Amino acid sequence: MSATTIASIAAITLALMPSILYATFGEIVGQRAGVVNLGIEGVMLIGAACGFAAAVVTGNSYLGLLAGAGAGVAFNMVMAAMVISRHTNQLASGFAIYFLGGGVSMLIGAQYIGSDVNGLGQFSLPGFSWLPSPWGEVFQQDLLVWLMIPVAIGIWWLLFRTRWGLRLRSVGEDKDFSYAAGLHTARIQYQALAIAGALYGLAGADLTLSYTKTWQDGLTAGRGFIAIAIVIFALWSPLRAIAGALLFSLAVAVGLQLQAQGSPISPFLLDMLPYVVTIAVVLLWGRPKAFASPAGLREVFSGTSK
Amino acid sequence: MSTIAATLRSNPLHDWLDDHPRAATAGRWLSWAAVGVLAYSVLILIYGKSPLHAFQEIWANTLTTSYGLQDVLVRMTPLLFCAMAVAIPARIGQVNVGGEGQVYAGGLLASGMAITFTSWPAWLLLPAMALAGIAGGGAWAGLAGWMKARGWLSEVFSTVLMTYIAILAVSALVYGPWRDPTSSNYPQTPQFVPAARLPHVGSTRIDVTIFIAFGAVFAFDWFLRRTRYGLEIRAIGGNPFAAQTNGVPVSRYIVLAMAAGGGLAGLAGMAQASALQLHLNTGLSPGFGYLGFLISWLAGHNPRLIVPMTFLLAVLASSGDILQITQGLPSAIVNVLSAILMMIVLLGRMQRKAA
Repeated sequence: MSATTIASIAAITLALMPSILYATFGEIVGQRAGVVNLGIEGVMLIGAACGFAAAVVTGNSYLGLLAGAGAGVAFNMVMAAMVISRHTNQLASGFAIYFLGGGVSMLIGAQYIGSDVNGLGQFSLPGFSWLPSPWGEVFQQDLLVWLMIPVAIGIWWLLFRTRWGLRLRSVGEDKDFSYAAGLHTARIQYQALAIAGALYGLAGADLTLSYTKTWQDGLTAGRGFIAIAIVIFALWSPLRAIAGALLFSLAVAVGLQLQAQGSPISPFLLDMLPYVVTIAVVLLWGRPKAFASPAGLREVFSGTSK
Repeated sequence: MSTIAATLRSNPLHDWLDDHPRAATAGRWLSWAAVGVLAYSVLILIYGKSPLHAFQEIWANTLTTSYGLQDVLVRMTPLLFCAMAVAIPARIGQVNVGGEGQVYAGGLLASGMAITFTSWPAWLLLPAMALAGIAGGGAWAGLAGWMKARGWLSEVFSTVLMTYIAILAVSALVYGPWRDPTSSNYPQTPQFVPAARLPHVGSTRIDVTIFIAFGAVFAFDWFLRRTRYGLEIRAIGGNPFAAQTNGVPVSRYIVLAMAAGGGLAGLAGMAQASALQLHLNTGLSPGFGYLGFLISWLAGHNPRLIVPMTFLLAVLASSGDILQITQGLPSAIVNVLSAILMMIVLLGRMQRKAA
């Protein structure tokens, strides 16, 4: 394999990572607070559609990112209201959110089919700009790529080094105990799901504003579910999640590169790679480490209503 | 404290409903239906159309004409299979999200039989295709169940991820080795020989698998209520740890229930290819697996409620096409409405329990 090929796989891998990684971060925050959201895919689609619409209307992709994150928060609050305040089944509610997001995003996106955006600007950080071609181009990336590691560290710090994070994790481990200890468990879960919603929205907006730069129905293609699989692989740690997202994106990038080089393998078989890799990786490394998962995940808690 | 609060909050209507559970159930269903109709009206209004006019069109084109009724029944067959694919594993606490993938896996194997053994007579080929469909869907879901039973990977994720793999496998085949060389534009297998086509009921577009679909629903209901295996399934559904302690082989039930559900979804895939499309292509299922998931949850995985819920969702799916043709409304409205229905039912159920 030539240096150009490797560099191009590396560049595509990096560019693909944010859409999966921010969704994984969001799910880690939510699950650490005891809420499984299977509706990530729906929230991502809403973020993708609203972000794209805002970018087309305003002509500014950064405003699109903000709109995507905002729409993600708003939409994830529907999930939050159902599971936190109304105590509905988390898995079923997640799927309702997934269907709703899929449908609403189609209605929003229908008006923007055929529109395109300039997309987020790509730039290199000073430390990388002296690299020779083709390696210099690998680090020509957009804002969301550059923010991946800072955001990972930020979320790790929030969860494991702040008082708020300690409370959030205690709610995820044992809500009754946290409630008895005087924590406002519902408020903490709402806060966690708001942050998660913003991250899902960013992940979705990244797809339309940086990757496809057009709208198509269902363009997340299962990334929300892959993000949940990566959460398990990452043992609910935002830093390990980077490795999971890297692996998934590498599988996609290798498939794309082989297709570009005119490989005789069917492109559809190459498209299977990320799903197969995700299952294989979780089977190999994500197996019975149940102790790592928040103990109170999916538990219904009635708090003050009794 | 809480009893005082409860007394203060007590309400003559609630007291009356507590004494009349049947009236309460009927009232709950009526209020859900009312909210559903209201939500549909609001969605249609958003697009600047008249809901009354739209409902008239739906009524006139679904239940009151022979063609419309056929359209609803044709949709019901795969939806019943896909709802059962979710309901059977759900009775022992397994969440099968991959009905769509199991439809494709079943359709793939059945179509493989149809285009390979073209010289077989119908009495041999059709049962073989049906078995291949069941085997394909069953293996696809059974594999997910097996990984779950071994404690390796939750079926919630594996079934979703395997759905993408199954659809891509169908694409790879119909764009590649199975592609009909005479069909220049559309990637699909050669048309099935007459012996590989399922017979229809009379001169309608409804194929004979509708009887199998209804049969499967009633058989499952009987099985749950009247056999020791049904009792064991209900025991696992109630408390898997207690069931395991009492000697119920929980792992085996997980694999078998997933495989049984997936097999039915696979049969739906076989019927779609063999009775309606007459070849395999990438549009084998327009989301039957996902609608089946909604139906099963709406029905609380209860086979007796699955039939009316399937009917409702089939009318709804049919109405999406009607509104698209007669009113120019986007068909995604129906997806939104089905999701809202599911949320209403989830919220309603929880409200009862909390009260």
